[in-house]
Amino acid sequence: MIEQGAKSETRADTAIPAPVGQGYTFGSVSDKISALVLTGRTPRGWWLGFLFSFLWLMILLYAIGYLVLEGVGIWGINIPVAWGFAITNFVWWIGIGHAGTLISAILLLLHQQWRTSINRFAEAMTLFAVACAGLFPLLHLGRPWFFYWLFPYPNTMKIWPQFRSPLIWDVFAVSTYMTVSLMFWYVGLIPDVATLRDRARSRLAQITYGILALGWRGSAYHWHRYEVAYLILAGLATPLVVSVHTVVSFDFAVANLPGWHSTVFPPYFVAGAIFSGFAMVLTIAIPLRAVYHLEDFISDWHLENMAKIMLATGLLVAYGYFIEAFMAWYGGNRFEQYVQLNRMFGPYAVWYWLLIGCNVLAPQLLWVKRFRRNTTLLLIVALIVLVGMWLERFVIIITSLHRDFLPSSWGMYSPTIWDWATLIGSVGLFLSLLFLFVRLLPIISMFEMRTLVSETQVHEHTARNLGEE
Amino acid sequence: MAVEPKLHAVMAEFATPQELIDAVAAARAHGYRQIDAFTPFPIEGLAETLGFTGTRLPLIIFLGGLFGGVGGFWMQYWCAAINYPVNIGGRPLNSWPSFIPVTFELTILSAALVAVLGMLALNRLPMPYHPVFNVPSFALASRDRFFLLIETGDPLFDAESTRTFLNELHPRQVVDVPE
Repeated sequence: MIEQGAKSETRADTAIPAPVGQGYTFGSVSDKISALVLTGRTPRGWWLGFLFSFLWLMILLYAIGYLVLEGVGIWGINIPVAWGFAITNFVWWIGIGHAGTLISAILLLLHQQWRTSINRFAEAMTLFAVACAGLFPLLHLGRPWFFYWLFPYPNTMKIWPQFRSPLIWDVFAVSTYMTVSLMFWYVGLIPDVATLRDRARSRLAQITYGILALGWRGSAYHWHRYEVAYLILAGLATPLVVSVHTVVSFDFAVANLPGWHSTVFPPYFVAGAIFSGFAMVLTIAIPLRAVYHLEDFISDWHLENMAKIMLATGLLVAYGYFIEAFMAWYGGNRFEQYVQLNRMFGPYAVWYWLLIGCNVLAPQLLWVKRFRRNTTLLLIVALIVLVGMWLERFVIIITSLHRDFLPSSWGMYSPTIWDWATLIGSVGLFLSLLFLFVRLLPIISMFEMRTLVSETQVHEHTARNLGEE
Repeated sequence: MAVEPKLHAVMAEFATPQELIDAVAAARAHGYRQIDAFTPFPIEGLAETLGFTGTRLPLIIFLGGLFGGVGGFWMQYWCAAINYPVNIGGRPLNSWPSFIPVTFELTILSAALVAVLGMLALNRLPMPYHPVFNVPSFALASRDRFFLLIETGDPLFDAESTRTFLNELHPRQVVDVPE
């Protein structure tokens, strides 16, 4: 990742396109981005998209309603496969969220200016993905209304959570991640919401954005503390994002089950998370920039950078698959060997080879610059990777659980219609939130764009002066 | 004069960041101390030019993180080893390596909460009302204008001479900020 960053940095000194399109001023960037939100007219495409997502969201509502009524027996889960779709979906969604934090925090610390065009909606994506992720373990509890039993609070039963269990680590990791992502996003929004407050015409918008802006007035003293806080938050979010997926991988790696009990899991899960996250950022960015004509802010160069990160993390993931198979053979443990062979040639072999095709073969197209510059192809690869990463979690969970040490306890798992309804429904929840975000809040950080414009002007100024000498 | 609202400050409006930086330096050189500058994006070094000596925020955040870490570990130790000790597979009651992930998460959580709330508190935000919002053109402070403000509380403040001083800096305009 760092190498990737360093490479584009050197290119930035030579011949890269400016992070903002030519000819923009402080005023015009603010106007163009805020107009998307403040316009009274809602595009028809937005309504269609939102309606579609909302229908899917209703599927989720229905599926959850039935689940609460009947219990987790409506899903395909059983003993031995007690985790099924719920945990697959959980790991998939939380992994998608990781790209947002990577873009907003890690690329900020690495001075990657191109992140400015995409960090706002990538952070929103993080938030919504974590919201979807959080649903699944809660629903999987069986009695989701007792979710607060997971937290250490003084209770009438006089017992405490088991802090030696990775599942409790998960509770703390995910809720910390949600809280920190929300704060990071909101702090970034404060100056932009102040811009909306000052530019809004309708009374309702003025009051709403006014409350959200907390009375921000852009004082130099405030900016100073703001930047200190923002930078430290980025520094805190960076180890946090790595820790979250590490803890998620501990859910598996700490167990003694063949196929799970492996030290490669934490780094391989983190790489996979970023891989799927960038696929989701591309899946959102490509249609968004086409619909709202944001090519000046999200250029082909931005998409190409994301494609490169996807390729790099994809290779790390491929290495993970390879080392899993290698260690199964090299470790000489019969059970590990069996799990690996069962993955490749057992009853779920189709899913395994589909996953290899999606996650290992498809991204190899991105070695070619022409393909990285082809937005349609990029979108297709991103969608394939999203499917592939979902399959990866499915294969890890199902194949390890369904055949463990004792053949007498083997079983099979097949999802029911309610499993699929909950998965599709969670996509509906994600998309609905995303559509609302696009309509109600600035999708690109305006104040950071103004900073970029300012720096571009200084660059042009210096270039002119050098030319005169 | 009696019917006019009380004056809070006098404010000059500039079109570029460089003009504002020069104006702030001039105001400081002239001896003004109760001054503030408003910009649509952070400008490096502007706060220092205004006479800002630095913020305690990093220290406060560090203490927040320390509290979260120590408190987080202590909470787990107290729950697992003191209040309700349970022997699980013969593992020690204080199985500290297992307590590290939660300790880490609570360190980050506490530090991040303190970072955000501390930043807002030190900035005296949320503040729904502030006199600067009485100036109509101040709406552009969040778009593309740069403002220098000299408060009436400044020892050197005198409505007439301060206005004259600001006018000499060639701003777009100089306006009064009523309370």
